[in-house]
Amino acid sequence: MLNKRCGKQSIGFVNQPVIISTANIGGPMEGEGLQSKYFDIIMKDNINDLNSWEQCESYMLEQVITRASEKISGSVENLEFILAGDLLNQLMSTHFAMRTLARPFLGLYGACSTMIESMMIGAMMIDGGFANLLAGAASSHHDAAERQYRFPTELGVQRPPVAQWTVTGAGAAILSSTGSGPKLTYATVGKIVDMGIKDPNALGPAMAPAAVDTLITHFSDTGRNPNYYDMIFTGDLGYIGKEMVIKLCAEKGLDLSNNYEDCGCMIYKEEQDTHAGASGCASSAVVFCGYIYQMLCKKNYGKILLVGTGSLHSPTSYQQKESIPCIAHALAIEV
Amino acid sequence: MQEYVIAFAVGGIICMIGQLLMDLTNLTPAHVLVLFVVMGTILGGLGWYQPLVELGGAGATIPLTGFGNSLAAGTLEGVDKYGFLGIFNGALSATASGMMAAIVFGFLMAVIFNPKG
Repeated sequence: MLNKRCGKQSIGFVNQPVIISTANIGGPMEGEGLQSKYFDIIMKDNINDLNSWEQCESYMLEQVITRASEKISGSVENLEFILAGDLLNQLMSTHFAMRTLARPFLGLYGACSTMIESMMIGAMMIDGGFANLLAGAASSHHDAAERQYRFPTELGVQRPPVAQWTVTGAGAAILSSTGSGPKLTYATVGKIVDMGIKDPNALGPAMAPAAVDTLITHFSDTGRNPNYYDMIFTGDLGYIGKEMVIKLCAEKGLDLSNNYEDCGCMIYKEEQDTHAGASGCASSAVVFCGYIYQMLCKKNYGKILLVGTGSLHSPTSYQQKESIPCIAHALAIEV
Repeated sequence: MQEYVIAFAVGGIICMIGQLLMDLTNLTPAHVLVLFVVMGTILGGLGWYQPLVELGGAGATIPLTGFGNSLAAGTLEGVDKYGFLGIFNGALSATASGMMAAIVFGFLMAVIFNPKG
């Protein structure tokens, strides 16, 4: 049997899966931000004439999977599997979206790393010969997440300066064993890293060490160095977390100062006053399925490393005064 | 006019303490809320809050510390009137109008509006 494992935590894909289509959607605030040109759909408000924020999140997930299928003149019916997840308890938004789409489905929870996790596992299924066409998707909704993880939105609680703004949006990517487009070449599966941070507002600083751990492992497993990539993107560390990654990597001898950006710093404009940037599953999902994918297709980027970062705490763990376990998965995508 | 300025200053200082607690510590708004009621009760029980009420008027009674002060004052009054039983009924008797108003207005809002969040 061909061993596709590479180093301690990485996989090198042999039958490299191709990302043949993507689609993304955002709320009005995201639509007014830095990514406005790169959205397929921008909703007029955060509820979209539905009855709840959770229903709106399900709607977004359905829309992106359907739209990504339509772009390759296919239909959702052709998808052999859907791998998806969101931030809510029991993957509420995803499950109701999948009820409508009615395709073979595996639910994933990787908090904000879910988009990258879905593409990584999807790529393994394709490389392993278990599927030819599948979709990976993830969503988050600001108000639904705020209610579950922090305070009821109607309470109007002040957000501290370290807080990040959960993105209202979703992204879907269709992976295929054939076709043209950017290919998934390597994946590095992260370990849980917990530095003892307990403040659920300071997620960027909590996740940064996990991102650094995965980056270092990726470079040592693959023998590559940061300069190999045109750009390295992390998912949703925000301004504070991004600076921490640059600093921690520099201490380990990795220079990320030239070709590293965080998706959480690429969504909102400064005057939108989100404090420390964006977060949520949709942070990496909308930026990858919009801007980054288009740049890869136009060959503006040839090789990128996408690192999904997730903080895996729950409202219960916070109330029991546990610290925040974090994870990061890396995916190398090359044209 | 001077009364208004003093009320504004007293109320403002109390709120500023709450804001600083949220900005400089890890306390959440819920912690600050409970802390203010408890502090008001303790200060009221010691008789230290009443001078602030006389100085600042609504500036001292409207913030949550004022509610704590009312709880303490009601309890002391209840004990004077009913003895031991006053420990249990004094506080709520003194603050009944405020609590009932919260329930009535809360009920009305729930009837009129249907939250989608």
